[in-house]
Amino acid sequence: MAAISRDDVAHLARLARIEMSAEELDHMASELDVILGAVARVQEVAGQDVPPTSHPLPMTNIFRADVVKPSLTNEEALSGAPAKVEERFKVPQILGEAE
Amino acid sequence: MSSIRLSAAEMGAALAKGEITSVELTNQHFDRIAEVDTAVHAFLHLDKEGALAQAKSVDAKRAAGEKLGPIAGVPLALKDVLTQKGIPTTCGSKMLEGWRPPYDSGVVTKLKDAGVVILGKTNMDEFAMGSSTENSAYGPTHNPWDLTRIPGGSGGGSSASLAAFEAPLAIGTDTGGSIRQPAAVTGTVGVKPTYGGVSRYGLVAFSSSLDQAGPCARTVLDTALLHEAIAGHDPRDSTSINSPVPQVVAAAKRLDVKGMKIGVVKEISGEGFQAGVRTRFEESLQLLVEAGAEIVEVSCPNFDYALAAYYLIAPSEASSNLARFDSMRYGIRVGDDGNRGAEEVMNLTRQVGFGREVKRRIILGTYALSSGYYDAYYGSAQKVRTLIKRDFEAAFTKADVLVSPTAPTTAFKIGEKSDDPLAMYLNDIATIPVNMAGIGGMSLPCGLAPEDGLPVGFQIMSPVMQDDLMYRVGGTLEAALNSKWGHTLISQIPDLQVR
Repeated sequence: MAAISRDDVAHLARLARIEMSAEELDHMASELDVILGAVARVQEVAGQDVPPTSHPLPMTNIFRADVVKPSLTNEEALSGAPAKVEERFKVPQILGEAE
Repeated sequence: MSSIRLSAAEMGAALAKGEITSVELTNQHFDRIAEVDTAVHAFLHLDKEGALAQAKSVDAKRAAGEKLGPIAGVPLALKDVLTQKGIPTTCGSKMLEGWRPPYDSGVVTKLKDAGVVILGKTNMDEFAMGSSTENSAYGPTHNPWDLTRIPGGSGGGSSASLAAFEAPLAIGTDTGGSIRQPAAVTGTVGVKPTYGGVSRYGLVAFSSSLDQAGPCARTVLDTALLHEAIAGHDPRDSTSINSPVPQVVAAAKRLDVKGMKIGVVKEISGEGFQAGVRTRFEESLQLLVEAGAEIVEVSCPNFDYALAAYYLIAPSEASSNLARFDSMRYGIRVGDDGNRGAEEVMNLTRQVGFGREVKRRIILGTYALSSGYYDAYYGSAQKVRTLIKRDFEAAFTKADVLVSPTAPTTAFKIGEKSDDPLAMYLNDIATIPVNMAGIGGMSLPCGLAPEDGLPVGFQIMSPVMQDDLMYRVGGTLEAALNSKWGHTLISQIPDLQVR
């Protein structure tokens, strides 16, 4: 597989919503290159005839009965919020950003 | 006289007989923690008030003649990745500094119901990513056998607390070996139950298809007692198995392996492993033969690809799971000056809140899942997972349980591998296949390596929901080793040199 560049890492960091300094980007690019080189060997045995496994248990569509039960109070749900106002989460501006 | 060196089962018996109260026992452990934890650093947070309240309540119930379980009133150390209502839960990350969850995890609910006394929260690699506990944002934990060495990871705080006699019981979580490898390098016992055997509700997710909480202790029986206390169906976890809990306590007490077939997995039992690890492993096999078991060699050729597949699957799931740390609803928020928008604040928060290894895995996972690379990386890794499951299925037709050394080496020095991610990942080479297939795995101490005098772990793997089999073999081996030595391994730990 192609070597991973600093620009690639910058793109991934944007997708992952992590700000990174130039130094961090350089460091990460060289480390990722080594790690990807090591993990790429999964392709050696991943033939077309092998079905993928995403989960160890063969269970699907586990539902519970649609019964209302006690849940967190407003106060409890907001107890860990970095900022709140009038029983709501207070967040920085979402609309009208540059980008 | 202090009771901290007793097993949990012995503590439970002493409590039942009225020889000691839970309040006394709890205070003895807090005294020990005050004495040694500045050197060990197993704990991130202590909850004296809550622990003593629980101890008092158990003592009162006992005085009133109420029938209590075998570990009611016994203290426990809880890995800081499980929520406990009102108690700080950081996952070893700056991101969650100061967060007090508003609810109990499934495991904590069960512990409280069993009358267990939770002393506090233990240190760990950030979000359980690591094999040495050096990735904690709050500093490393030190191995009580040698304070210059790592206690394993990610659950190094839990394993160290046991080896340092700060707690007789602990909870860990195991995504690729984070219960078993710390147990191996600290001379303690740790079990990763069958996936779905213990509730993941309130376990802060790292890799949801691999994560599993489980019991840790100093003896196989204690581990079994804790296992039965925390196992069982939880409707709040959609991946929780709704069937009876395997009878692990009875299995741990059975002390008989006559007629059992024990398979040595060729691919993870020799090459690249430290000489003393192999020596102790092979001696243990001999003891099992003497106890009446038959040893067979099995081959699981695709295990050679397990590590590579794991380091695609786990980071991929982590990149998705850790997206929840967006600085909006809980955790820290950085750079919210009234001018910056939400996305910028999110980016800055995640830069400051996550440590280097967590960022590395998020970026790796983001890459493996991105269009153009998905099939080659994540897709291929999922296929390897199928091949590993098939290897296990074939091996379990030839043997009742499978065995290997738990980790390729004994505890290494703090700082020795922290700048080499690939070298660090190799610690998990023997433990990862178990998580990939969702089966059960145990590590128990099988001696000290002759070359460095440090503990070696013996791994036992059992098929899905047959966790009792590994306890049966583990209990038998532990008894055989203790009788050969004339003492337990943990009794040989040097006295901690504390200032």
